[in-house]
Amino acid sequence: MTEFEYAPALESRSIVSIASEYGHFINGEFVKGSNHFPTINPANEEILSHIALGDAQNIDRAVASARVAFESTWSKMPGRERGKYLYRIARIMQERSREFAVLESLDNGKPIRESRDIDIPLACAHFFYHAGWADKLEFAGVGSAPHPLGVAGQIIPWNFPLLMLAWKIAPALAAGNTVILKPAESTSLTALLFAQVCQQAELPAGVVNIVTGDGGTGSALVDHPGIDKIAFTGSTQVGKAIAKAIAATNKKATLELGGKAANIVFDDAPVDECVEGIVNGIFFNQGHVCCAGSRLIVQESIADEIVSKLKVRMSKIRVGDPLDKNTDLGAINSAEQLQKIKDLAKSGEDEGANRWSPQCTLPSKGFWFAPTVFTNVTQAHRIAQEEIFGPVLSVLTFRTPQEAIEKANNTPYGLSAGVWSEKGSRIHWASQQLKAGVIWANTFNKFDPASPFGGYKESGWGREGGSHGLTAYLKSAGEGGDNE
Amino acid sequence: MEFYGLVDGSEASLRKFLGTLSGVDQIGAESRAAMLATRSIKTSAKNWAIDLAISMVDLTTLEGADTPGKVRALCNKAVRPDPTDATVPSVGAICVYNDMVAIARAHLDSIGGTHVPVAAVSTAFPSGRASMAVKIQDTQDALDAGATEIDMVIDRGAFLSGNYVQVFDEIAKIRTLCGGKAHLKVILETGELVTYDNVRTASFVAMLAGADFIKTSTGKVTPAATPPVVLVMLEAVRDFHELTSHKVGVKAAGGIRTTKDAIKQLVLVNETVGSQWLTPSLFRIGASALLNDLLMQRMKARDGFYPSPSYVSID
Repeated sequence: MTEFEYAPALESRSIVSIASEYGHFINGEFVKGSNHFPTINPANEEILSHIALGDAQNIDRAVASARVAFESTWSKMPGRERGKYLYRIARIMQERSREFAVLESLDNGKPIRESRDIDIPLACAHFFYHAGWADKLEFAGVGSAPHPLGVAGQIIPWNFPLLMLAWKIAPALAAGNTVILKPAESTSLTALLFAQVCQQAELPAGVVNIVTGDGGTGSALVDHPGIDKIAFTGSTQVGKAIAKAIAATNKKATLELGGKAANIVFDDAPVDECVEGIVNGIFFNQGHVCCAGSRLIVQESIADEIVSKLKVRMSKIRVGDPLDKNTDLGAINSAEQLQKIKDLAKSGEDEGANRWSPQCTLPSKGFWFAPTVFTNVTQAHRIAQEEIFGPVLSVLTFRTPQEAIEKANNTPYGLSAGVWSEKGSRIHWASQQLKAGVIWANTFNKFDPASPFGGYKESGWGREGGSHGLTAYLKSAGEGGDNE
Repeated sequence: MEFYGLVDGSEASLRKFLGTLSGVDQIGAESRAAMLATRSIKTSAKNWAIDLAISMVDLTTLEGADTPGKVRALCNKAVRPDPTDATVPSVGAICVYNDMVAIARAHLDSIGGTHVPVAAVSTAFPSGRASMAVKIQDTQDALDAGATEIDMVIDRGAFLSGNYVQVFDEIAKIRTLCGGKAHLKVILETGELVTYDNVRTASFVAMLAGADFIKTSTGKVTPAATPPVVLVMLEAVRDFHELTSHKVGVKAAGGIRTTKDAIKQLVLVNETVGSQWLTPSLFRIGASALLNDLLMQRMKARDGFYPSPSYVSID
């Protein structure tokens, strides 16, 4: 051996036990579903289990149980008691973190390194953080006697299944709301394991309900008259449909939608860490990240250096089995998503951008896409405008700081942005000009439960995380509502 | 070409060149090193890495209490780290103070260890606080005694006061003294330079002045060869190679005590400069205690269980 070839280092999957079929979690119990659909491991297309397809009846039962739990137990309970349950859930999740990580990687296709080191620890952190808020709601910024909204319907995407569950459930519960959560069709397993954690924590029945299913299940939830609030993370298209559906109601909503983040590199950037940040910005979680740094906007004077170093770095990305601890880039979550990425990449080539990927052997089964960079991209290219939601980076250049900002803001989205410079004043100036909800300076894709996250423009409504996210589940004493 | 055609030895040219170097973001460098530390090196890869690491060890004794007996014992260990297993490679070099060089060289030659070089620490190691005349004499003594590797220290006082050209001149003079006879390793003592920006700058000063290797530390100061420091030096070496096509080696010294630590270093090399640098002629690990841990891990791989420490020689 002359090369340092890492032998396979597989995380054992024996820690998880997956049932052949799952029902819904309603009123503290698992209830049988009527129709089921398969959920697969996107890395090898193996069928992992069968998930119940929730219908309007299931939603109705879940809403009813959440309403009873809200009125009889959860909203009446002192905040410090609710906090104890949240701490208990957080600790159980920590204790079972390896189980969650393996299950997440199996069902989603993300590398075990990321589920183990990022998704699961952050999900636990969200419960710990919000547990601390439960008895301090009068300091959240909505008056001295804030009230919960009631019953929240929560719909989450497939890219960070457990983490998005935590972003939704933890603040809702801390504020005294009860919830019905609808996981994404292709990634329900960790939500169902979370249901077991709720049982283990002896959370009062009906406080958390989980109804699995597809888009139809989601719209039954959105349309249900017993819902006080919708929290959604997903595509801008579905977000708009939800906004229309609730337009004539008293339902509140927070929407966390798409993005096409600009990652702006000035010529005085710390080059190696910047290249690392670009890689982390677009190849983290296979690029299935709404705030992914999918547009690299780099100053012309160092564009060649950055792109050449980026290509060298990309050739070190280890693509393969998500359960191998050395894998950097796992499987694309579904055949449908893979097709979308392929189509958009093809449009990039057709429209004249230069496509490059490192040499890498992709597994024959499952859904895979090599890390890809497009150079010579202009604002007029589809790959500079549309959200690809895959490991595909578009590189654009600029000459002056003003031009960088104009290009960065020239998008219907505004979720996140990155600025790379060693000059503090330039970072502050750029951050003030950028129309994005989250701006990272000399880093990218960093998350913390105390930090609010959310978008400008078509990237969404409202914020999640921090006191901002908490207030989206609270109302002041005088504020009324349909369902009171 | 002198100084690779990048500088002419004047302060102005040196400052101009150093001004072109990009900065290092501390948080970014540390998080990259931490991520690479999660690489899981198992089974065949681990066995391969253990033997490679053994061949890269500069087996070191740098104590006031060093005696000829101690140095000879270390030489035996260097040539045959595990006397019960002839497949274990010899280490990369023996590293001693200059008065021990002749003893080490003679003993190595007498036990079939002619292939093991002797490295001498030099230029008023470890502080570097002496006149240039003393530093030159120190190095000359080591060369005369048969050292084929010189581990010199830079003048950190000069560096920290911004006198880069003095640091450069000293290295260039020692470089000339070593000529083609000895490899020059330049110790930056990164624990005293403190910032990664300084580490990157000092790496370039040393490489421009003719270092064959840049080395993290004397082993007398902590922190020493931390993964982010080694990462930043490897990046400097990679960038220098891109500019000049010249390969400079890196020696990580100080604080690397376990097989796990050593393998983390090899992963850094592999994923930063690439497998071309995974050879004792371009990467070394300065250590003393590390070798025994490597040997014990090797026995564990061979026999299936960890041996008692009594089965490895203490020196």
